[in-house]
Amino acid sequence: MIRPTPAPAPAEYHQRDRARHPPALTPPYKTSVARSPRLALLSLQQSMSEITGPVFGHTDIDPIDNDLIRNYAKTGDPVGERIIVHGRVLDENARPVPNTLVEIWQANAGGRYRHKKDTYLAPIDPNFGGCGRTLTDAEGYYHFRTVKPGAYPWRNHVNNWRPAHIHVSVFGSSFSQRLITQMYFEGDPLIPICPIVNTIPDPAAIDQLIAPLDMNAGIALDCLAYKFDIVLRGRRSTLFENRLEGN
Amino acid sequence: MPQPLHYLKESPSQTAGPYVHIGLAPGAAGFDIYRQELGRDIAGPNAEGQRIIVEGVVTDGTGAPVKDVLLEVWQADAQGRHAHPEDPRHAEVAQGFRGWGRVITDFDTGLWSFRTVKPGPVPARRALAPHPEEVRPAEQEEQADALGRGHQQVRRMAPHITVWIVARGINIGLNTRMYFDDEAEANAADPVLNLIEQAHRRDTLLARRTGERDGLPLYRFDIRLQGEDETVFLDL
Ligand SMILES: [Fe+3]
Repeated sequence: MIRPTPAPAPAEYHQRDRARHPPALTPPYKTSVARSPRLALLSLQQSMSEITGPVFGHTDIDPIDNDLIRNYAKTGDPVGERIIVHGRVLDENARPVPNTLVEIWQANAGGRYRHKKDTYLAPIDPNFGGCGRTLTDAEGYYHFRTVKPGAYPWRNHVNNWRPAHIHVSVFGSSFSQRLITQMYFEGDPLIPICPIVNTIPDPAAIDQLIAPLDMNAGIALDCLAYKFDIVLRGRRSTLFENRLEGN
Repeated sequence: MPQPLHYLKESPSQTAGPYVHIGLAPGAAGFDIYRQELGRDIAGPNAEGQRIIVEGVVTDGTGAPVKDVLLEVWQADAQGRHAHPEDPRHAEVAQGFRGWGRVITDFDTGLWSFRTVKPGPVPARRALAPHPEEVRPAEQEEQADALGRGHQQVRRMAPHITVWIVARGINIGLNTRMYFDDEAEANAADPVLNLIEQAHRRDTLLARRTGERDGLPLYRFDIRLQGEDETVFLDL
């Protein structure tokens, strides 16, 4: 029997380069010790379960959701240094990832989170919620307006401080691209001594999470800007298939 | 010197930290900010199929519940279709079925639960060594294969839900799959379960039917991050 030529297959995503990511077990970050799997991951070739993922649209979110200066304001603007955070979501082939959901969360300017489990002595800001979300545009661009988060202490070694950071969650076009990371600010002296930053073994990979000051994107007499591009796994672009059945 | 490769590199992961709820589920962090939080309704009101409840805990290497964990789930509908444009049958997915959800724990106990519809079998990759009965003429094949090429030898994966786990202390989100213990025949033929070399570890991916709640089948799926019976985690 002659089979018809298969239709071009949606391609698989590039294998994740685990050497760029932190390993599961990083003893200087103490919480990882009991929460890290010790057995090898099972590597899968991707099926429909892996090359698909949730799709979001403009009915899911509101335009104000990306403005952390206004999205929880009760009596006025939040306290702190006003900033814009902007950039693109790209894949490893440098192609923009359009229409993808980007969510962020952060401490307020004093380093305190609006979370019932955060008991740090810096005050809650009544006008700051600390979260935002947006969809990238057709070219993969996104932007947020917020205040610069403060550094805060945490229990690891007794005097560990987190550098100022914004937590970032991104989806991409498939569930295999799902990523959570953190954005740091250029020039922060706490970055090189942070046990969480240093879970990443590759210094070049750490640099990829440090957003430079971007004077061209700030607004005169209003706010500074930092640029943060996010790279998700890329996708094979050739259409040749592997013929696993051996013919 | 060879030509350079100009790939960008994937941004490295960092832990979601203890306050992940602020960003992804602010209601659980204790405040209201968005018109609607995402991921609270996995299947929507219109999807056909058996409605089910799944619950469990995630435990750490000492056996203690991980109370601040956040899970995301991703699944096909009861007919094995994904609400995603690359699924050849996505247009048939019921309005309101997204197949994706966010699952948060009770902060005191670490117990989580979610409601959804039980997914149907999903096309697998092409079989490594096709069984003759799996090769059917195109006109008898109602379903395209894993990569959308239509007919040829179709092998189906047993019903499963993809699970992604993040928390403080987890440096990069952990992927796993939840299968159903009442699908023994399909599970025995599942190409992913069969990749697990130690047969007893396949059980770590099985949700156990434990009874009913609110008239719906109730399944229990505990995830062990480390230690005896460590759950099988996947590199997708
Ligand atoms: Fe933080």
